[in-house]
Amino acid sequence: MMNRSPYITDAPTVSTIMLKVLLALIPGIIAYVWIFGGGILIALTLATITALLSEAFTLALRKRPIKPHLFDLSAVVAAWLLALALPPLAPWWLVVVGTGFSIIIAKQLYGGLGYNPFNPAMVGYAALLISFPVIMTQWPAPLTLADAPLSFMAQCQFIFTQTLPVNTLVDAITTATPLDYLKTQRMLNIDTSTIMQSPIFGITGAKGAELITASYFVGGLYLLQQRIISWHLPTAFIAVLALISAAFYVSDASQFASPAFHLMSGASMLCAFFIITDPVSGPTTPRGKLYFAGGVAALTYIIRVYGGYPDGVAFAVLIMNMAVPLIDAYTQPRVFGHSK
Amino acid sequence: MMMNLIHFTKKLSQTLGKSLGGIGLQNADADNVYAFNGGIHPPQHKQESNTRPIAQLPMPARLILPLRQHVGNVPKITVSVGDYVLKGQMLAEAEGMVSAAIHAPTSGHVTAISEEVIPHPSGLKDQCITIAPDGKDTWAQLYPQDWRHADKQDLIASLRVSGIVGLGGATFPTDIKLRTTSRGDKVLGVHTLIINAAECEPYITCDDMLMRERANDIVNGILVAEHLMGSTNVIIGIEDNKPEATQAMREACASYQHMDVKVVPTLYPSGDARRLVHLLLGTEIPSNKRTTEVGLQVFNVATVMALYRYFEFGEPSLSRVVTMTGNVEVPQNFEVLFGTPLHDMVKAAGGAKNATSHFIMGGPMMGFALPSSDVPLTKASNCIIAASQALFAPAPPAMPCIRCARCADACPVSLQPQELYWFAKSDQFDKARDYKLFDCIECGCCSYVCPSDIPLVQYYRYAKSEIIATDKAKEAADLARERNDARIARIEREKLERAQKHAERAKGAQTAKAEADALDGENKRALNSEAKDGTAPQNITSAADLELPKDNKEVEIVTPTQSLAHDDRAVSAPTTDKQAVIAAAIARAKAQKLAAAANVAEEEEDMCLPKVVKSQDEKGHLGDTDNATSKTVTVAAVDQAKPDKQALIAAAIARAKAQKEAALAAGSVPKNTQTVSDSVQQEITKIDTLRAQAIVLASSEPND
Repeated sequence: MMNRSPYITDAPTVSTIMLKVLLALIPGIIAYVWIFGGGILIALTLATITALLSEAFTLALRKRPIKPHLFDLSAVVAAWLLALALPPLAPWWLVVVGTGFSIIIAKQLYGGLGYNPFNPAMVGYAALLISFPVIMTQWPAPLTLADAPLSFMAQCQFIFTQTLPVNTLVDAITTATPLDYLKTQRMLNIDTSTIMQSPIFGITGAKGAELITASYFVGGLYLLQQRIISWHLPTAFIAVLALISAAFYVSDASQFASPAFHLMSGASMLCAFFIITDPVSGPTTPRGKLYFAGGVAALTYIIRVYGGYPDGVAFAVLIMNMAVPLIDAYTQPRVFGHSK
Repeated sequence: MMMNLIHFTKKLSQTLGKSLGGIGLQNADADNVYAFNGGIHPPQHKQESNTRPIAQLPMPARLILPLRQHVGNVPKITVSVGDYVLKGQMLAEAEGMVSAAIHAPTSGHVTAISEEVIPHPSGLKDQCITIAPDGKDTWAQLYPQDWRHADKQDLIASLRVSGIVGLGGATFPTDIKLRTTSRGDKVLGVHTLIINAAECEPYITCDDMLMRERANDIVNGILVAEHLMGSTNVIIGIEDNKPEATQAMREACASYQHMDVKVVPTLYPSGDARRLVHLLLGTEIPSNKRTTEVGLQVFNVATVMALYRYFEFGEPSLSRVVTMTGNVEVPQNFEVLFGTPLHDMVKAAGGAKNATSHFIMGGPMMGFALPSSDVPLTKASNCIIAASQALFAPAPPAMPCIRCARCADACPVSLQPQELYWFAKSDQFDKARDYKLFDCIECGCCSYVCPSDIPLVQYYRYAKSEIIATDKAKEAADLARERNDARIARIEREKLERAQKHAERAKGAQTAKAEADALDGENKRALNSEAKDGTAPQNITSAADLELPKDNKEVEIVTPTQSLAHDDRAVSAPTTDKQAVIAAAIARAKAQKLAAAANVAEEEEDMCLPKVVKSQDEKGHLGDTDNATSKTVTVAAVDQAKPDKQALIAAAIARAKAQKEAALAAGSVPKNTQTVSDSVQQEITKIDTLRAQAIVLASSEPND
C-alpha cells in the first residue's frame, strides 16, 4: 500500500482548463462570424480535425497513450488560436498545413504537452507567414465594407476551391488591414490623422474588427475570474503596450498611432489573454510573468512600427519564449525563512 | 518604483481574490494575522467527529507497544517476557541523547517481546513489547513533583523518564525541546511560548475535543512549560473553525493576563509550527535556525497537558486522544492507551462501514495508509480515518506538468514546486537543493491543486532521500579516506621505528648480507600479515609506490626501510670507489627489470585504488625530505652494491608476489565500506529501501 498523500485534491483537470479557454474564445468567435461571415467556422473545424488527427498520429508514433492526451484538449486550443489568427478566408490547405505544423513540429516533436518551449500556435503562424506571405496578408474586408459581401456558401466555395462567384474580383472582397494600411501609408509620409480618415478605421481600431477584439477582452475577463490565467500577463502586456505607444504618440502624433489604436488592433487582445497565457511556453514566477508580457508588448510595438510585418505578435511571443528559462531563473521568489 | 508597483498590484490581487471568494484569508472571525504565501482550503470534515465527547475504550485483550514511537534512538528494554508490570512502570528506558521511555499503559504480564507490524508506511515489522492486561489497572508507585519550587534543570532532567513526546504528530522527545534553550555557549532566552492548537488538517479533531473538555489541564500544562523555560508570554493559536474550543480556552486562561488566545483563519497548513509563528507574530524563522533561537518555542496542546499530568501527578505518558473518523458508524474521539490495536478502536466506533478499503493514520493531507487494522495505536496516532473509494478517490493517472504554477501559488514556503518536480524527475539533485528542496515541509498543498494529478510530494521525498544517501555515502567515503590516511601514516611511522632499531643493530659487526636477509624476512612478514587484513591492499600499494616512484630510478628497489637503515652508514662511509659505482649501476639495471615485473601487479591495484595511490604519489614526489633521502640512498646503494645485490633482488621478488596476493584480496573487498560504522551502514540500508519504494512509485506513473 503506497504512501501517496495527499489523498484529496481539488483542482480542475487539464481538460477542464483547456475547455474553459475554448469557452472564453466563444464571444470572440461570435463577433468574428458577425463581422466576417461564417467562413471562420470552416477554418475552426478544419483546424480542430487536423489538430486531433496530427496529435493522435504523433502520439501513436511515439507509443504514448492516445486517449488521455487527445481529450486534454490542448491541441484544440492551439488549433483555434491559429485559426483565429489566420485570414478568415484562407484556403483550406493553409489551415491544415499550419495546424499540422503547430501540433506535429512545434508540440509533439518536442515531447508533447508540457514540453514545448514555443507557443505551438505562434510557431504555426510564423511558419505560414514566412512561407506564404501574400495569402497571409490578404484579409477580406468586413462584410459591411466589402463591395460585394460573400454569402456563407460563397465563402465555403472560396476556401475550398479559391473561386469566386461570377463577376466578383478578389480585390472586391479583400482590403488592407488597418495595421497594414497604416504602415504602407506612413511610408508615403502621409500624416497619421489623414490615414485614419480611411473608412477601414473604426472608433479606435479597425472598423468591425475592434468588436472582435473587445469580445476577446470579455473572454479574457472570464478566464481571470475562473483563475485559469493569472492577472500578471494581460495586465503587463496591456500596460506596457499602452505606455510605449503613448510615449511615441505624445512625442509625435502625426507619425504614430494612439495607444487605443494599438490596443484595439491586430491580435493585441488575443495575445494578452489567450496567447501569452499559454503556461507551458511561458514563465512561472509572478515577476517573470510581468517581464515576459512586458517584453512581448514592447517587441510587438517595435515590429508593428519598424518591422517588415504588419503585426508583430507572433514573432514577439516566439522571441520571448526563448527568454523564458532565463527569466524564470532570475525571478525566483524569496523562499520562506531565507533572505534573498 | 517597479517593486512598489508590484507590491501594490499584489495587494490589489489579494483584495480581488477575497472578493471573488477564492484563496485568501476569508473569515471575518479571525484576529489580525500575518498571512503567509499560499495555503489551501480543503473541505473540513471535522463535524463528523467533534459532536460526541471523548470516550474511553474498553480494556483491550492485549497491548502491543512498539519501541519506536518517537523520533530518535530506540529505547532499551528493561523487562523480560513473563514479568508482571504495573500501570506506569517503565518497560524500556531512553537510550542516547534523543530518545523516549516506554511505559506499561496498564498492569499485566509481558507476554512477548517480538517483531510485530507497526503503524508505518513501509508495513514492516519492528520490535514490540506485548502486554496482557490483568484488568486490575493497578498503578505503580507514582512520584509527583513540587514543580513550582524544584530546580528547573532537575525537573527537565526527570522528564527523560516520562516518555513524553510531541503529541501533535512529530513525536520529538519533549525533554530535548525544553533542554535546548541554549546553543553552544549562547543562552537562548525563550520569551514567548506558542501553543499550537490550529489543528489545520481536515478530519482531525483530537485537539479540538481536548480543549473543549480539558482546557484547565491544558492551561496548567502551559504554566508548567513556561515555568520550565522561563518565558513570559503565551499565545494560543486556534483556527477559527473551533469556536467552542476557543471559548473554553479563553475561559480557562481568563485569570492569566499574559496568556492570549488568538484565532487564526482556517487555512491549511496554519498548524505547521513556522507558519503558525508567522501567522501569530509575523516572525519568519530563518530556515537554518530553530524557533528557540528567535526566543520562541512551540508546543502542542496535548503535549503541555502531558507535562502537567507528569509533574503534578507523576503519571508518565500512557495514553492520548485519538480521532476515529471517516467511514465508521460512529465517528468520535477516544482516550486510547498506547499499544491498543486499531481494530479495538474501530469496533468501539461502531465498526467500519462496508466500503472501507483501508485505514489512514493522520489526516488526508499528510497521513499514510496503514498496513493492516491490527497495528497498535502509538504516541504518533492523532487520527485514524477509515478510507473508502467514495471518501478518497484513487488518484487518476498523472498528466504531464503544464507549468501552470498553481502549486507555486499554493506553496506555504514560497517554493517553486514545478521546478523542484522537474529537477527531481530528471535527477538534477544539485539544482533541487539550490531551489531549497529541503525547506519543503511535504504538506501536500502542491499536489492538492495540481491539475495534472502529479504525486509531487513523493517526488520530493525521493529527491531528498537520494540527496541524503549521496551525502551519507560521501561522508562515509571521506571518513574511510581519513582513517586510511591515518593508518598509512601509522604504518609508515612503525616502519621507520623498526628501521631505526635495525640501524642501531646494524652499527654492530653484522655483515651487510645478514642485514639484508633480515630485512627481506621482515618485509615478507609485514606483507603477509597485512594481506590478511581487509585494508591491506591500499597500504601495500601506497607503501610500494613510495618505494618505487617511477620517475626516480635511483631508488627503484630500495625500500624506505632500507634507505633509512643505510642513512647512518651513508654519512659515515662516503664512497669514492669507481668499481663499486659501476657494480651498483649494473645491480640497479637488473633490479629495474624485476621492479618492472612488480609494477604489473601494482598497476592492477592502481586501478581499484586510484585516489590513495595518487595522493601518495604526490607526497613521494613533492616531499623535500624524500628527495634528500633518495640522494643519500643512492650513495648507500653504491656502498652496498655488491653484497646487497642478490638480497635486493630476492626482496623485490618477494614484494611482487605479496602484491599479487594483495591484488587478489583487493578484488574481493569492496571499497570504502569496511570502515563504515554500523549506524552509518544501517542508515544506508534504510535509504536504499526508501529509494526502492520511491522508484516503484515513480515508475507507477504511466507517462514519460
